Amino acid sequence: MRSLIRRTAPANAAPRDPAPSKLGYKYQRLMLTPGFRASVRIGVPILLIAVIVGSWYSKPENRAALAATIAETKQDFQERPQFMVRALTITGADEATMAQVADLVPSEYPVSSFDLDLEGMRAAIEALDPVKSASVRVGQGGTLAVRLNPRVPAALWRDGATLRLIDGDGVQSGTIASRADRLDLPLIAGDGAEQKIEEALALYAGAGPLRERVRGLVRMGERRWDIVLDREQRILLPGDGAVAALDRVIALNEAQDMLSRDVAVVDMRKAERPTLRMNEEAAIALRRVNTTINNDGAEN
Amino acid sequence: MGDLYDSQRAMRQMRKAAMQRGVVAILDVGTSKIACLVLRFDGPEQFRSVDGVGSMAGQSQFRVIGAATTRSRGVRFGEVDAMQETERAIRTAVQAAQKMANVRVDHVIACLSGARPRSYGLDGAIDIHGGMVTEQDISQVMAACDVPDYGADREVLHAQPINFALDHRSGMADPRGQIGNKLTTDMHMLTVDGSAIQNIFYCIKRCDLELAGLASSAYVSGMSSLVEDEQELGAACIDLGGGSTGISIFMKKHMIFADSVRMGGEHVTSDISMGLQIPASTAERIKTFYGGVVATGMDDREMIEIGGDTGDWEHDRRTVSRAELIGIMRPRVEEILEEVRARLDAAGFEHLPSQQIVLTGGGSQIPGLDGLASKILGQQVRLGRPLRVQGLPQAAIGPAFSSAVGLTLFAANPQDEWWDFEIPADRYPARSLKRAVKWFKDNW
Repeated sequence: MRSLIRRTAPANAAPRDPAPSKLGYKYQRLMLTPGFRASVRIGVPILLIAVIVGSWYSKPENRAALAATIAETKQDFQERPQFMVRALTITGADEATMAQVADLVPSEYPVSSFDLDLEGMRAAIEALDPVKSASVRVGQGGTLAVRLNPRVPAALWRDGATLRLIDGDGVQSGTIASRADRLDLPLIAGDGAEQKIEEALALYAGAGPLRERVRGLVRMGERRWDIVLDREQRILLPGDGAVAALDRVIALNEAQDMLSRDVAVVDMRKAERPTLRMNEEAAIALRRVNTTINNDGAEN
Repeated sequence: MGDLYDSQRAMRQMRKAAMQRGVVAILDVGTSKIACLVLRFDGPEQFRSVDGVGSMAGQSQFRVIGAATTRSRGVRFGEVDAMQETERAIRTAVQAAQKMANVRVDHVIACLSGARPRSYGLDGAIDIHGGMVTEQDISQVMAACDVPDYGADREVLHAQPINFALDHRSGMADPRGQIGNKLTTDMHMLTVDGSAIQNIFYCIKRCDLELAGLASSAYVSGMSSLVEDEQELGAACIDLGGGSTGISIFMKKHMIFADSVRMGGEHVTSDISMGLQIPASTAERIKTFYGGVVATGMDDREMIEIGGDTGDWEHDRRTVSRAELIGIMRPRVEEILEEVRARLDAAGFEHLPSQQIVLTGGGSQIPGLDGLASKILGQQVRLGRPLRVQGLPQAAIGPAFSSAVGLTLFAANPQDEWWDFEIPADRYPARSLKRAVKWFKDNW
């Protein structure tokens, strides 16, 4: 008898072997193409992420929220106690300069070290006249340490009516009201004197025994120096070999007390022919003495 | 000649391109199954020590990375009968093989078993006036062959030079560079029905594949199942396929004759189906399980349920003895072998020095076939299995796959064909640059 339950698959049926549809075949071949497969595997997720991010970002409130979050995070980080600056120390200069420097650095503390433009502050401080160089750093324990290296004035420069302090490089570092304030510094004057400051300092250093008497150095015609002594005396030095000429004058002075006599000008401009100019009375007296001697000689 | 000559050349170019890509598919379009193998070429052998044939007969340079078989649809007698069905079957096989290989295949090398092959032996001779034999001379001597009138609707599938002779020295494989007066060649040409080739072309093109080579399945199964000395000394390969039986005779490693008998395993199946009144699928199953060609006393007692699905108890509980089944199968197998004998006799197989016969193909798995074949075909009969190639799955190493395996060898290192030589210079168009160059070479 035939069984009531039909067998699911007849034992002798041919195995199922369906042909793929043309579309399925083409799809499979397309998916096996290496370039296409890579682009699907990498390109599609990237595209999907880009679309999601783009649609989120296209809304203004999302953009604002993102910007706020970023700013907040940044601020949180920068305002950590490790990064805060709480105090200011300025060292290495006089009170007036320190006051000037204090105006250039932030005045309210604490401040985050991320907000400090150390390089800019240093440039601003170094732009000040009395400061030769400065170092600005955030030091131990959250201190903004400004160390100043002030300019050391080497001379006074009379520029018209004002007296300026000038250092060895010819950079002025301030003014003073009167000569009496800095009697220790030599005074220089004349056109172009500030550009040849090192020559003036060399001459001043070479003045030696005359130093007490030197009133100042005057640049003449932007090429040579005059040394002005008290009692209106002047030493005219040549453009070349000024120090040697000055040494000769000092030697003459040592030997013959030349400058303590009534001499107005010692002209050393020509080395082979040093010249003295006397004051008028002295010249008259000399002339008279010579005349007397001649007359005596004539009588003899 | 021109058209197919050009298309064969184009296929060779395509094969070269496929080698560059490194992936090529093998398609054996048979009557009972369509097999597709995907080969990956890793370039020439890396550790090759000597010239000539390398290890494993030079086939270590490729590897089978995908294999698929599907029941063939729309193919009869080894020819495409229903285009759409065949296309779908090819698509099924190619898709499954691609899936296994996980690589896209664009080039396919196919073989076909039917299409009424016909063999011709050609010979040609030229005078070379005591000069040295050059490539041009070889082209010339091949062009000098008398091509018979093989019919307008037929195409040349293979045209292989099998022998060169220079003056009185024959049996040369490569006469280039030798000096003599008269160069002669023997060539084997195989023509098949043009329409069958067109149909295969069309089916493969419909599957978005490029045909990179076409071979006769009798030839390629001989390549895979004959061992080297059989190919050298002379042997015949009988490929018992589903719808047709291919015959190829090899000598000196060249195919010298090919033919096909338009009968095969499917005819045995249909005989069983008709004789026992059962569906073809059942007939196929009992043929493969219980089939044979030599009945013994034991077989009378072994009953086979042939079943049915009609609902009639008597009809559905029928049984036959195995002897009856053998009684149905044997006459048909004998007929096929007789027909093969006739073809071999017509080809003059008895004149070969060695008359080894190798049975292969799915039909050769019938138990007792070798005994029957040796009665009909001669004493030297053996059953052949295809060569082993790297990566071939266990399911595809049987004799049914000998033509697919042979096709892999054909793809890896094909034998020289007529179209592998350059075209003789005088066949070029009049204003060809090459001709001018040749004129300069000859005259200066």
